[in-house]
Amino acid sequence: MSVAVTIETIEKRFENFPALRGVSLDIQPGELVALLGPSGSGKTTLLRLIAGLEEADRGRVLFGETDTRELSLRDRRIGFVFQQYALFKTMNVAENIGFGLKSRPRHERPSKDEIRKRVSGLLDLVQLPGLEKRYPSQLSGGQRQRVALARALAIEPRVLLLDEPFGALDAKVRKDLRAWLRELHGRTGHTTVFVTHDQEEALELADRVAILNEGRIEQVGSADDVYDHPATPFICEFLGEVNKLPVKVVGSQAFFGDRPVLGGLSQNQGGPASLYVRPQHLRIVDETPLALPGTVEHLRRNGPIRRAEVAVEGLKKRLEVDLASQVAPAIGERIRLRITHGNLFAAA
Amino acid sequence: MSDTTLPSASASTKPRGTSRARGESPAVQIVLIAVSLAFLLLFLLLPLVTVFVEAAAKGWEAYRAAITEPDAQAAIRLTLLVAAIAVPFNVVVGIAAAWAIAKFEFRGKDLLISLIDLPFSVSPVISGLVFVLLFGAQGYFGPWLQANDLKIVFALPGLILATVFVTFPFVARELIPHMQSLGSSDEEAAMTLGASPWRVFFSVTLPNVKWSLFYGVLLCNARAMGEFGAVAVVSGKIRGLTNTMPLHIEILYNEYMGAAAFAVASLLAGLALVTLVLKTLLEWHYGDVIAASRHH
Repeated sequence: MSVAVTIETIEKRFENFPALRGVSLDIQPGELVALLGPSGSGKTTLLRLIAGLEEADRGRVLFGETDTRELSLRDRRIGFVFQQYALFKTMNVAENIGFGLKSRPRHERPSKDEIRKRVSGLLDLVQLPGLEKRYPSQLSGGQRQRVALARALAIEPRVLLLDEPFGALDAKVRKDLRAWLRELHGRTGHTTVFVTHDQEEALELADRVAILNEGRIEQVGSADDVYDHPATPFICEFLGEVNKLPVKVVGSQAFFGDRPVLGGLSQNQGGPASLYVRPQHLRIVDETPLALPGTVEHLRRNGPIRRAEVAVEGLKKRLEVDLASQVAPAIGERIRLRITHGNLFAAA
Repeated sequence: MSDTTLPSASASTKPRGTSRARGESPAVQIVLIAVSLAFLLLFLLLPLVTVFVEAAAKGWEAYRAAITEPDAQAAIRLTLLVAAIAVPFNVVVGIAAAWAIAKFEFRGKDLLISLIDLPFSVSPVISGLVFVLLFGAQGYFGPWLQANDLKIVFALPGLILATVFVTFPFVARELIPHMQSLGSSDEEAAMTLGASPWRVFFSVTLPNVKWSLFYGVLLCNARAMGEFGAVAVVSGKIRGLTNTMPLHIEILYNEYMGAAAFAVASLLAGLALVTLVLKTLLEWHYGDVIAASRHH
């Protein structure tokens, strides 16, 4: 049922705006892939292209071995869940879910009884049993989302495509649905692609994440891959919080001003570079050879994490530093920071 | 576009809400209300009542005679016939135009939207004259039409053309803003589910806009039956043949048959009242749906 999706060097322009500039991506059968990126990065365009709702200027999309350019929208058999769900307002839940089955050509159309059975089975699957007669306006956001998903699953899609599936929901419902979708995917095993601008969502839910920026895929990988080994400065800044230090690389050391801050570098690309350091990779230490002196200017608490903002001479932006539980610096205190891990990119 | 308040509701609550803030005295309020009421009575209600009073002035028998005499019957039949052709035509073309404008991007779209409004901005008499100039005996196509023995002006086709022209904007104007506000994702969803274009249109698009469509049809029909100016020019006013109800009323009145004129007029006034009631009911129940489309 599930197929591999192969995207080959897709290009797409809108008017004079290049939405996608040569995008390639291989998706395995049954895989759950997130397209992550800021708005305008082309992620929704890519999803609509896979769906066949847009046509590529160049390149192609394959479902298994089949070139989708030869398939009509009906023959593509994709399940698309729209951002605002696009449930049919004038139909009740059962009619919405049964719509795809009823739209089949007469000789392929299941009988009314069969459709009714399928609809109630799908409602069980999305945990909304007995809501057949409700209208979309009588449902909560989370329920609409599930109905939209059931409607998409009803046609037994080869690929399931979700556009910002949790975008319109409040935080609590979003978390619940996320876990539920993951579990549902495990059970049904559809090849699934979803678009999101929420990195937490993408990293938590997807087998692999494709990060888009300005119409290109900057990196594809597991959550650990992209978070721990970001391929580009953009990904560093886009995923999680990060401090940026202008440094100069000499030999195996990176210098901030004339002070060595990170050693043991294997890259031997001397010269100016940007060092990206996450707040959790800065540690307050006693004097060591590789340390960055600064002044604690602000302390705050964000849930379980305590955070210090540290001003460093020669840096306009304060460094964000996560504090270990036993460490409690005072505001105004002078401290030293050691960088335990950083990502280095040659300055452009 | 997304304004979802009911026009009549906002009109009735606003003055009350803001009067105190502006510090208007109760006396001013009373004067303003009195002036408005007096105006409504004098200019809107009084004429309407007059129509029915005058129609009944000579008693039931005269009333019945006035609306059953052959010329009146012919006028009524002609009016119904013209509306029965012009309204469905405008519904079909109006839906097509609204669909094109709301769902597609193309060059000249703004021009098309302005053109749809043209019949509203042109005097109906001129609309009628245009058809005489095009299809009349001295018109551009006149000689050719005569040679082929086709009659448009001073005949049913002319009446229909003029009515279609004058009433074209009603359906399209109601549908365009509504369809635009709905976007295309419902249709896209239906297509990805495998529905054919026909099925998408009849089971998704049309049900979504049915109330604005009905509203547009209502207004279109009222205007089609009541149109005078454009129709007067192309009709030639041949009794029993090309006279519609409004034209028939004018002729009766010019011939000092006031009671008869008012009797026929009362039918049109009745149509207006029915339209008004239906329109109010619609706005009452589906105000939020229709509100987006109020421009005239």
